[in-house]
Amino acid sequence: MVNSVTSLGRSGLSDWLVQRVSALVMTAYIFFMVGYFIINPSPSFEQWQALHGSLAMRIFSLLTILSIAAHAWIGMWCVLTDYITVRLIGPKATPIRMFLQLVMIALILFYVVWAIDILWGI
Amino acid sequence: MANMRTMSFDAVIVGGGGSGMRAALQLAQSGYKTAVITKVFPTRSHTVSAQGGITCAIASDDPNDQWQWHMYDTIKGSDYIGDQEAIEYMCKTGPEAVFELEHMGLPFSRNDNGRIYQRPFGGQSKDFGEGGQAARTCAAADRTGHALLHTLYQGNLKNETVFLNEWFAVDLVKNSDNAVVGVVAINIETGETVYVKSKATVFATGGAGRIYASTTNAHICTGDGIGMALRAGFPVQDMEMWQFHPTGIHGAGTLVTEGCRGEGGYLINKEGERFMERYAPNAKDLAGRDVVARSMVQEILAGRGCGENGDHVFLKLDHLGEETLNAKLPGILELSRTFAHADPVVEPIPVVPTCHYMMGGIPTNVDGQALTMDDQGVEQVVDGFYACGEAACVSVHGANRLGGNSLLDLVVFGRASGLFIEKQLREGIDLKDATEEDIQRAMKVLNRINGSQEGEKASVLRAELQTIMQNHFGVFRSGDFMKEGIEKLKALRPRIENVQLADTSNAFNTARIEALELQNLLEVAEATAVAAEWRTESRGAHAREDFQERDDENWLCHSVYFPHDQSVAKRDVNFTPKTREAFEPKVRSY
Amino acid sequence: MLEVSIYRYNPEVDSEPYMQEFQFDTQGKDIMVLDVLEKLKTEDPTLVFRRSCREGVCGSDGVNISGKNGLACITPLSEAVKNNKLVIRPLPGLPVIRDLVIDMSQFYAQYEKIQPYLINNTPAPAIERLQSPEDRAKLDGLYECILCACCSTACPSFWWNPDKFIGPSGLLQAYRFLADTRDTGTEDRLAGLDDPFSVFRCHGIMNCVQVCPKGLNPTKAIGHIRSMLLASGT
Repeated sequence: MVNSVTSLGRSGLSDWLVQRVSALVMTAYIFFMVGYFIINPSPSFEQWQALHGSLAMRIFSLLTILSIAAHAWIGMWCVLTDYITVRLIGPKATPIRMFLQLVMIALILFYVVWAIDILWGI
Repeated sequence: MANMRTMSFDAVIVGGGGSGMRAALQLAQSGYKTAVITKVFPTRSHTVSAQGGITCAIASDDPNDQWQWHMYDTIKGSDYIGDQEAIEYMCKTGPEAVFELEHMGLPFSRNDNGRIYQRPFGGQSKDFGEGGQAARTCAAADRTGHALLHTLYQGNLKNETVFLNEWFAVDLVKNSDNAVVGVVAINIETGETVYVKSKATVFATGGAGRIYASTTNAHICTGDGIGMALRAGFPVQDMEMWQFHPTGIHGAGTLVTEGCRGEGGYLINKEGERFMERYAPNAKDLAGRDVVARSMVQEILAGRGCGENGDHVFLKLDHLGEETLNAKLPGILELSRTFAHADPVVEPIPVVPTCHYMMGGIPTNVDGQALTMDDQGVEQVVDGFYACGEAACVSVHGANRLGGNSLLDLVVFGRASGLFIEKQLREGIDLKDATEEDIQRAMKVLNRINGSQEGEKASVLRAELQTIMQNHFGVFRSGDFMKEGIEKLKALRPRIENVQLADTSNAFNTARIEALELQNLLEVAEATAVAAEWRTESRGAHAREDFQERDDENWLCHSVYFPHDQSVAKRDVNFTPKTREAFEPKVRSY
Repeated sequence: MLEVSIYRYNPEVDSEPYMQEFQFDTQGKDIMVLDVLEKLKTEDPTLVFRRSCREGVCGSDGVNISGKNGLACITPLSEAVKNNKLVIRPLPGLPVIRDLVIDMSQFYAQYEKIQPYLINNTPAPAIERLQSPEDRAKLDGLYECILCACCSTACPSFWWNPDKFIGPSGLLQAYRFLADTRDTGTEDRLAGLDDPFSVFRCHGIMNCVQVCPKGLNPTKAIGHIRSMLLASGT
């Protein structure tokens, strides 16, 4: 069992599952949107607002946003722990990685809050 | 070298193959501080190449099988110079040792009833030769050695054995009582030389097939233990007995298991004739290996060999069908396609008798204790010194080893050595410490090689040695020709002792290791040559053109070769098994 | 004449590694890469590489041959030579000790981590533990691993995290014991693998499958481990 200070105590299995489930949600969203645009290539503002004003659509969008956030976090965490490591770039790796991870968290949180604000501001 | 580091252990095992790791496992389980010195990572040892299986009367294929039948076969196979007490011990203890391996996880192939799969091998019979062919070789497909070696390594990891991987033992350290108190060894990676001190030193250094130009043996089979023992003045036994495996791939030398013939394959000459029917009407292709190898050479000499030069015969397997071959002999398909460019599913494999196994070695008793003889010819135990596996001569193989008996030998006597040393350690082993002078004596060869700037290349000298052995001490031997070979070896000795060391660096210097291995090859070759010329009869693997008959009146004995004057003495064969009467020598036919 | 280019580095002499060029006469024969190395070593005894069985079962001579990891002893020149040139380098990703010899301790450490031995604390029977041929067949394609490290050193995930990611070879062996019906340590074994690195750094790149000289499929085994983790986690 590998313990890593920055793994935030998550199990590999849960990460892996989250990646798969979030990918499914995002794929479903993409399919839905593509389908929507095929049926209705140039929606009017009213149509567009009606679509996103429905509760179901708002939940679907929120779910997708959260999926993107989780997917991005796990993916970027993997990338950072692959390349920004003590083994590859020396002892300064840990503070750099911590900093980049904080930036990641801040960015993701910002986007999620912003998205919620947009969705519920309709 | 005055500040050479010393490492101390209760027991040190030199060699990380099957027997060494089995001994180490026993000792590690007992809690004694045990180290294995091995010149390659343990799973690279030559046991990994064993294919067909481990012969043992576990009564799986035939519920009525008896270890006494296996004992009879082994004694007959040995041409009656195997020690019957030792053979009895091996065949009787075998099942226990094999079940232990299975419990450790060895992935044996299985029968439908869930028991271990056993296949027929050469020289196996039921009911003391009266009940026809037996199937007694326990197999993990055709990768039994690989499965066994990895299982033993895994067992040692579990029991936290200390491994000195890629360390090379140079020479034995003896104290003033002529007892063995460890070895001098080189850490190959760093070049550091260390005195590894031990209360018990076990040689499990394997064979020395590399004395021949054509061999199934790995590059690493250079008889290091035999060389060290001889340089330390200890005798070796039955060194004239070298097994030529009938089926080495022509040209490459890689082994094709006897299991191929066990599964129903057979040998044919250029006329497509199954010639073993003529030489061994009953057992045919599953006669003893010495018998089959000689028959093949006779076919070739009679002009019925295959290929452009008529210098090999064919092993036919295609009639077994692709499905059977894939299930039972997958490794052989790979090897044949790679090294013979022949696909056994559709065409036969070109094969030729190839040096395979050293029946001789360091004489030991059943407990693995190394033996020597005093001036009066009385046997004596060498304190602190043990041997097991191919490096030892217990002797369970006598003049000819049966297929599948080597893996059994490894585990049974590796285990026996471990058990006995454990008991001795518990009772207390008290040996005098080595003096600085004693250690320096063990450094002699290494110091000489390290300072050798002149001289010839190791590769050239090694090739010359191998050619001499191949030509003068092969399947068929004759007195005059062997004498000539001995002279050639004599002339080679000063040149090999003066071998050039072109690379004097410390980090992973394999040139130094090869130069040291060459010294060991020479010791083995000389012992082989002298003992072979000395035994004026034909027995087992030792076939002389000038003495074609077995001569029980004069030669029902072991040969013991003494290095200090290159003399050879006779030693009685043991005919006193503990649980039954002895098997008396009779004419050996298959 | 064949052009042979070999990675050389002797820590006592060289400040950095370099490629040395040799001319080699194959005499028109399709020999193995190891034969070339052996022959060159007779000319230049300072050339260092590992070898033992020379028939592809001991796993000593894994090297990088013209860009692809493989065993020198069973790779014929016909497969290895490109544009009349043979390039031999040490296996990538692990420290080089000298020339073609790498320090494999990290690789072995990962192997040891998966408890590579049968765990069964029930009392052993007087004979062997029974196993049906079908159950035994589950070990085919797993137990044959020779620990040559060709796969793990071809795996980018192992390059980046050789201390944390077990790597294809170790995981193949982990599954060898998980799949063994005689082994009772499944729960423990799975618990030891359920972190973000040990198994889950495998991103299915499948270099391991491409290079395995024994034709084994570590990626498939890793998939089985994932399924087992999933089944045990829900």
